[in-house]
Amino acid sequence: MIKSKTILSVENIKVQYETNNQFIFPWQKRNIIKAVDGVSFDLKEGETLGIVGETGCGKSTLARAIIKMVPTCSGKIIWMGENLLTFNKNKMKKIRKEIQMIFQDPLASLNPRMNIGEIISEPIKTHFPEISKIELKNIVKEMMLKVGLLPNLINRYPHEFSGGQCQRIGIARALILQPKLIICDEPVSSLDVSIQAQVINLLKSIQKNLNLSLIFITHDLSIAKHVSDKIIVLYFGKAVEMNLSKELFSNPQNSYTKKLISSIPSFRNSFLTNNY
Amino acid sequence: MHLLEINNLNISFDTPEGKVRAVNEVNFNLQNNDSLAIVGESGSGKTQLVFSILGLLAKNAAVTGSIKYQSQEILNLPEEKLNNIRSKKISIIFQDPMTSLNPYMCIRDQLNEVLIHHKGLSKHEATNESIRMLDAVKIVDAKNRINMFPHEFSGGMRQRVMIAMALLCNPNIIIADEPTTSLDVTVEAQILELFKTIQKEFNTSLILITHNMGIISDTCKKTLVMYGGRIMEYGFTKDIFLNPTHPYTMGLLETMPSIDKEYKILKTIPGNPPNALEIPLGCPFSDRCSHKIDICLSAVPPVETIDTTKQNRMCHIPYQDLLS
Repeated sequence: MIKSKTILSVENIKVQYETNNQFIFPWQKRNIIKAVDGVSFDLKEGETLGIVGETGCGKSTLARAIIKMVPTCSGKIIWMGENLLTFNKNKMKKIRKEIQMIFQDPLASLNPRMNIGEIISEPIKTHFPEISKIELKNIVKEMMLKVGLLPNLINRYPHEFSGGQCQRIGIARALILQPKLIICDEPVSSLDVSIQAQVINLLKSIQKNLNLSLIFITHDLSIAKHVSDKIIVLYFGKAVEMNLSKELFSNPQNSYTKKLISSIPSFRNSFLTNNY
Repeated sequence: MHLLEINNLNISFDTPEGKVRAVNEVNFNLQNNDSLAIVGESGSGKTQLVFSILGLLAKNAAVTGSIKYQSQEILNLPEEKLNNIRSKKISIIFQDPMTSLNPYMCIRDQLNEVLIHHKGLSKHEATNESIRMLDAVKIVDAKNRINMFPHEFSGGMRQRVMIAMALLCNPNIIIADEPTTSLDVTVEAQILELFKTIQKEFNTSLILITHNMGIISDTCKKTLVMYGGRIMEYGFTKDIFLNPTHPYTMGLLETMPSIDKEYKILKTIPGNPPNALEIPLGCPFSDRCSHKIDICLSAVPPVETIDTTKQNRMCHIPYQDLLS
């Protein structure tokens, strides 16, 4: 394997929320929820990192913390040698070109009042306002072809598309700035089984062509195993295990990982043991 | 005698855009203490199929065919008669545990309502029975928990409450409509285990609707695969999983990444599920099928039974040809 450089390294990142449980005096101690509690990892160019865990274990918070969508209380996020947490708004805007995100609910993450062309071109309009309209249209059409959408659909609105197509639009929007890293927050969990495989294959082929890095958040372990090189298992905000995906599944160390793996329904084994 | 017998069921909806044929020519039956899984993608008509059994369809629905419960026709029965069957004989667990419980009522009232209405128990008796049932679905500390409101429960617990509610009147058939889709894998495993024990303890039949092929292999004896409102394949779960005879079932099984295998790329079924407004004239799967021949586009395939395994399949292409 060619040694590729590390583009993102996260060191001991912590995200905490303060909550007021009930009536509370200002001098009293507040409840603190540790959503992400000291997670560290490195991500190389062209590599996929899977983040798995159950609902509420901090998967999405971790992803959002990386692009500073939620405030981080301590730790370091080092992107190409620079700590993102020290950046101000203007500097961060430049970084946002390079890190893009795909959200969980394909329909809810698209503005219903904008047509597809506007949705996909919006990132370019914000980051490169000097590009002309005609040029922009061509870029968008090219991108639509790349993710498997017909360019003549450019004037349609999100509600006219199926879930799988909406997710493709979301992918096109993330790709159009030619980012170096895409964070996918459960991109396939709301899609049908036969469509899931299509979207995953699309993501993987794009990753190969553009040498992208992916952070892939999912609660489905079999998908995580298929897409990722490395996997982090989160449990109540803590990374209980991190390993290469092959080794994690063949030789899980942590008891929680073992429990997760054993609870995946797998029909190939169940007929051997089951008599209903 | 079959416990539940469905013959030639058709469901269609009149909408401003046209006639939506949600379910077409569906036949199946259920024995005592049987378990059946209905698998299909969204929009394949699986939910409408079970809603028709309990008369829960929307007002613009037109249903033809026959649904017999213990040889008694229950399709298109008036409401009062259906209410004697609902919950007492056939009960249903709805898809979303968050929205199918009333947020303004505590669990006790919601459970008691069923017993008071259907069994005519007093409030005190009903509460005792409810607590017993919550214990049966393994809710710890049921005596105190019964006074809580739905928002105080987690998703898995709410699903257990729904299951308890469905069990209250000792029904013969429980219909579970995607009971675990909104739950985590570990909780899902617990709920499925619970279904299995309940089936043994209470001697009920189970109809489980799902789009996840993985979970049915553990729970259900028989499987019915639906696509575009039609049955594609019907038979024992084991046979369907190990020797699928329909291109759609084969595709479904291949698209699911399995944990014990390595893949370069995942196999896919190209295209999208059909729009119920414009279901193809012939086989509904013909658009996406890689084996299709001319007749697939023009004629609905006949039901064919395979001698050795008693699997029913609906496909023009002979089984042997699919294997090669």
